[in-house]
Amino acid sequence: MKVLVTVKEVAAVEDEFEIDGTAIDEAYLEYDLNEWDDYAIEEGVQISESEDDVEVVSVTIGPERSEETIRMALAKGADRAVRVWDDSLEDAEMLDVEAKTNLLAAVVEEEEPDLVLSGVQADDDGFGATGVSLADEVGFEWAAVVNDLELDVEGGVASVRRELEGGVEELTDVDLPAVLTIQTGINEPRYASLRGIRQAQRKEIKPMTLDDLGLSADVAESDLEIVDMYEPETESDATLFEGSPDETAGQLAEVLRDGGVGQ
Amino acid sequence: MSDVLAVAEHRRGELRDVSYELVTVGSEVADATGGDLHLAVISGDVDAHAEALNLEGVDAIHTVDHGEEFNHDVYAQVVEQVYDAVDPQVLLTPNSVNGLDYGPAVANALDLTYVSDAVGVEFDGSTLTATREMYSGKVETTTEVEAESVAVSIRSAEWPATETAGDASIEAFDATVDEDAVKSTVKGFEEVGGGDVDITEADVLVSVGRGIEEEENLDLVRDLADALDATLSSSRPIVDNGWLPKNRQVGQSGKVVTPDFYIAIGISGAVQHVAGMKGAENIVAINTDPNAPIYDIADYGIVDDLFEVVPALIEEFEG
Ligand SMILES: Cc1cc2nc3c(=O)[nH]c(=O)nc-3n(C[C@H](O)[C@H](O)[C@H](O)COP(=O)(O)OP(=O)(O)OC[C@H]3O[C@@H](n4cnc5c(N)ncnc54)[C@H](O)[C@@H]3O)c2cc1C
Repeated sequence: MKVLVTVKEVAAVEDEFEIDGTAIDEAYLEYDLNEWDDYAIEEGVQISESEDDVEVVSVTIGPERSEETIRMALAKGADRAVRVWDDSLEDAEMLDVEAKTNLLAAVVEEEEPDLVLSGVQADDDGFGATGVSLADEVGFEWAAVVNDLELDVEGGVASVRRELEGGVEELTDVDLPAVLTIQTGINEPRYASLRGIRQAQRKEIKPMTLDDLGLSADVAESDLEIVDMYEPETESDATLFEGSPDETAGQLAEVLRDGGVGQ
Repeated sequence: MSDVLAVAEHRRGELRDVSYELVTVGSEVADATGGDLHLAVISGDVDAHAEALNLEGVDAIHTVDHGEEFNHDVYAQVVEQVYDAVDPQVLLTPNSVNGLDYGPAVANALDLTYVSDAVGVEFDGSTLTATREMYSGKVETTTEVEAESVAVSIRSAEWPATETAGDASIEAFDATVDEDAVKSTVKGFEEVGGGDVDITEADVLVSVGRGIEEEENLDLVRDLADALDATLSSSRPIVDNGWLPKNRQVGQSGKVVTPDFYIAIGISGAVQHVAGMKGAENIVAINTDPNAPIYDIADYGIVDDLFEVVPALIEEFEG
């Protein structure tokens, strides 16, 4: 059985930052593994530990910089990785859901996995759509926002819990092959061990260009355009206490006492 | 003239609030170009739901009586068929957990440009302009879609609900569901997050987020909760880490709370968290990041290190 885990390197913004045009100034961005994908990797690795003959392959769309993130997935136990990148993607202002879907679909066709695990959403652009869109494109079954997974490999069924709103979970069986979008909390992502990190250095990260995937440059073309980026106008009328911690705590304590707290 | 198709959402017999909000967005978008607003009501008690959604601004409601509960394979097929019949310019779906379970599939199948989690939508007949957040709400973007056809999922609780009655036509839509293509079975539901405490009953909540960094540090906020005679709650990562049980989680997938005082410590104020606590009477934020979205809804704030402020606050009440 083969499990493909889609992994994204996301940018997080520092507390203080500046916007340059329609993007955040690069100087204020820090890159890291997308939180949700960390859980997806762990889920894939746990499957490989509990079932026989499972290969876990991670796939990333990203520039060379993202190899650091890919190595993290490899250090945690993925067997090998695929990195999709191309000069023509470099020039694209953003990759929309459709573009990511088509790129990943080409990888799915190449790898023919039985199960694809992706994160519910990426922390930066937060579309929350790629996994389910990909499922449609490659003709897989799917389930979104999964916080529990039991596989019946022989029976070809994944029994999942989907985390709905308001503390309600939906229990659903989906046929394999399937794409599942993984929710945080489904497992406890491991830290990479030193041994894992060493091993990761020797694992394969296969670069794939659009040519390799049989795609043309217009795959990155988007009907979406970000025309403005700004800090949301704060509707805040919060009273901010100022001073040393003792002073601010004192002022807050007064408000709380006036409100009958701790009396 | 641009028509709009919006897909209602219900669960376990009840329409969800976002359905009424979709009517508001949908009629705004349709009105802007003199088009019609169509609603699709799929599965469950479709007649009762259609009646409830016969609201001002809605021109036509298409019902499809198939099964009781949401099933994404059924929704995907049916929405595609209603879309083809209505031939709208804009498809609106909720950005709910179920909306995320069929919206992207439908958009891909119909070759629509998909814009998710919109908090603002405008349409002039050719360009759709959506307002979206990025980087966990730190920035907003204006996104333009130059497309014939576009699918937008809307964030819940961003638009007011439409409540005024209307006079839409209600018709059963003749959809064909290919059962062979339904490859998922919804077996049931389970309520989670029960147990010893009920944070929805508390008058004062001391709520802790990822800013607390380590499990050991939870003692600090426990001491504060004790000193204030408050109940301890948290944001999601604390529960994901297994540091507190699920019944302490505030937010979209946790509990909705409305205490007199909600003291958010090291919580950024992500939309899914805010969904659970924005109804609190007084919101206090302690967070080092002055740009954290929690300050948009806070009544009182201390922009400082929780590890300095919380001990001082405990001192105030116990010293
Ligand atoms: C489908 C779905 C459902 C979700 N449901 C929920 C839900 O029910 N509830 C929920 O909470 N989340 C939910 N989330 C997750 C949500 O998107 C956020 O990831 C989460 O709320 C962030 O938690 P946080 O604020 O504790 O952490 P962060 O966003 O990481 O914020 C930590 C904050 O602590 C501050 N901080 C750091 N150090 C200090 C210090 N020393 N002193 C003071 N401040 C400090 C930082 O400035 C930051 O603002 C859901 C997400 C999805 C996709």
